[in-house]
Amino acid sequence: MRTKATIENYLFVLPAVLIFSIFYIYPFYKVFTLSLCQWDGIANFNFAENFVGLRNFKELLFQDRVWWQSITQAGYITLIALTFQNAVALALAMACDRDIKGGNIYRVIFYLPPVLSEVVVGLVWRWIYDGNYGLLNHWLYNLGLGHLVRDWLSDPKTAITCVATIHCWKGFGWGFIIFLAGLQTIPRQLYEAARVDGANSWQMFKSVTIPLMIPVFILVSILTILGTMQVFVLILSMTGGGPGYHTEVPVTRILASMIGSSRFGYACSQGIIFGVILLAVSFIQIRLSRRMNKA
Amino acid sequence: MNYLYRKICLFFILSSFIVFLSVFLTSCTPQENAANTEKVTAWHWMSDREDAFQELARQYEAQTGIKINFELYAPSDAYTQKIRAAAQTKTLPDIFGLLAEKRDFASFINAGHIYNLTEDMDRDDGAWKDKLFKKALVVNEFREKNSFGVEAGIYGIPIDVMNIQMLYNKDLLASAGWDPEAPPQTWDEFLRLNRLLKEKGIQGLVSGWGEIWMIYCMATNYAFNIMGEEKVLDTIRGKVPYTDPGWIKVFDLFRQMRDEGVLATGIVTMVNKTAEQLFANNRAAFAFNGSWCVNVYSGMNPDLNYGVMLPPMVSNSHPMMIWGGAGSSFMVNKRSINIAKAVDFLKWLTDDEQQLFLLRETKNPPSNRYALEGIEDVLSQFVDDMDSTTHPNVWGVEEFPVVIETLNKGIQYIIIGEKTPEDLAQEVQKIKVRELKRWHERWSK
Repeated sequence: MRTKATIENYLFVLPAVLIFSIFYIYPFYKVFTLSLCQWDGIANFNFAENFVGLRNFKELLFQDRVWWQSITQAGYITLIALTFQNAVALALAMACDRDIKGGNIYRVIFYLPPVLSEVVVGLVWRWIYDGNYGLLNHWLYNLGLGHLVRDWLSDPKTAITCVATIHCWKGFGWGFIIFLAGLQTIPRQLYEAARVDGANSWQMFKSVTIPLMIPVFILVSILTILGTMQVFVLILSMTGGGPGYHTEVPVTRILASMIGSSRFGYACSQGIIFGVILLAVSFIQIRLSRRMNKA
Repeated sequence: MNYLYRKICLFFILSSFIVFLSVFLTSCTPQENAANTEKVTAWHWMSDREDAFQELARQYEAQTGIKINFELYAPSDAYTQKIRAAAQTKTLPDIFGLLAEKRDFASFINAGHIYNLTEDMDRDDGAWKDKLFKKALVVNEFREKNSFGVEAGIYGIPIDVMNIQMLYNKDLLASAGWDPEAPPQTWDEFLRLNRLLKEKGIQGLVSGWGEIWMIYCMATNYAFNIMGEEKVLDTIRGKVPYTDPGWIKVFDLFRQMRDEGVLATGIVTMVNKTAEQLFANNRAAFAFNGSWCVNVYSGMNPDLNYGVMLPPMVSNSHPMMIWGGAGSSFMVNKRSINIAKAVDFLKWLTDDEQQLFLLRETKNPPSNRYALEGIEDVLSQFVDDMDSTTHPNVWGVEEFPVVIETLNKGIQYIIIGEKTPEDLAQEVQKIKVRELKRWHERWSK
């Protein structure tokens, strides 16, 4: 009877295990085996013939300067998103958390950019930044700031920051919603008690809001890092990775290896290294946050 | 009750699992087994030709009773991925277009995905072959003892031809005081004219150099002009370094264009569609673009007054060669059970009448050289220059993609002033040496 029950239990989880194996474990295994091979993605695949050992990883780690430049650039965009984007999201969430008139309208407006298609956003902003007939330059001229006019996306000094800014504009809505949900879980009595004790707004923010919001900060930070490091569509629609390699990010490099150079094996090794980097960053962040939480 | 409930649950889970497994396995089955013998399926990425293809498919069905099912997948990047995925699962359609370099083209053939059309082309004393522009066929041809290990033959049918040249705006040239019927023939004249244009506040050259392959196209045009074909091909073979003065001279042309203010604002990240808009709207005097632009410009500005010219020569020692050949080609799936029907349709598609229809509807020069009746002036100039065309697919040797990328990106760096031609030459050569070493290691193994 007990054996029968055990078999039944296994049968119940079998579909989930199979789906997980087919759609997660097998693809990961395949990516890993491909990363050890040199293969163009077209020819019939033969592991023994295509096997090159760890050569792809060696090249990636020690010879591919552009890959590390792309990681640094994605890191730069992530840093801006972590600070600027999340600061704006938190500020707006705090504003909406109060009982202000038309609060729901603001919520909808702030949540609009994330809903828009990334390609459309990229193309529209590309047009705004355009050096020939862009709106931004037109406004700058009209405001008497002609000396600031430039070709924003082709200038290596401004290209990556322009893309980062739009990424923040597009992404702050997510943070806003999560922060707002977090803020609404803080009991109002705590603020009232603090006010009775003579605390001002800054002290309430520092001593009530921040400590209680730490789990939310952790969640938003992890989502921001994972989302921003994998930024891709905006880059493709705004700059294509140029000028030169100035706006290349890891995913555009993976695509370049896979489609541009037909190096599927190398692209897979890039994917694995990139995954490991993201995993390590998230792990470090969780550890640090836990320590902060305990403190 | 509990027992019954568990049995029902178990039955439900097991049947869902079986349904899931059946769907999954069915979707993995190659399509060839299920192919409809009265239907030929063709995949392509040419969104501008979709209506014309559908009309031709209707006509063909009316004449033969065979349905041609044209399926459009755009943009081209997505199409490329779809074709590769279909090749892996052996679910390619009967006819498909291929957007690939010669190396990948060869890989498709070696993997048994593309049918050798040579016998069909040679039938009836080569009547079909003779109709088509030789330069267009050669792009789809593999010669004896080619370095890709492909059996010699013709593996694709061009449906149109193209080449990439310099276009000039006659009105803007006239407004700068230059005879619009005598565009600059030499590099010095080109720079002199650009100084005149600059004085009038007119932008010089636009091109989609954000899509970096167009940079390589222009760079190789000038490499052929400055060094000659053999030396360029020897560079690809690894016999001549990229640090050769000839290559530095090629890279220096981009520096000169930068310093003289020839290049339009934002050219390094400009996509070709933007470049086409600027040229069509009289915002730039020159464009470096392909023959497909005639259709694009007529849609954007039917009154645009422009002409076509070969890029201005830098040297007289070698001719100016431009990229050209087959515009778009169709291949036949070697695993298809409809090979004969697919070949018949392609033969029909490249017949005079259908080619004239495509010329009228899409304004692309036809691959059939007898279907040029009523061709527009500008398009006719493109066709006239087919003799000056070359293409990486006919060179017989192919540069490593990573070397091409370094060269293209490096030219972007020259344009934004972050590298000198000499820096770029060193960098490209370094990558070339690394790739050659890797290639030798692989082949010696």
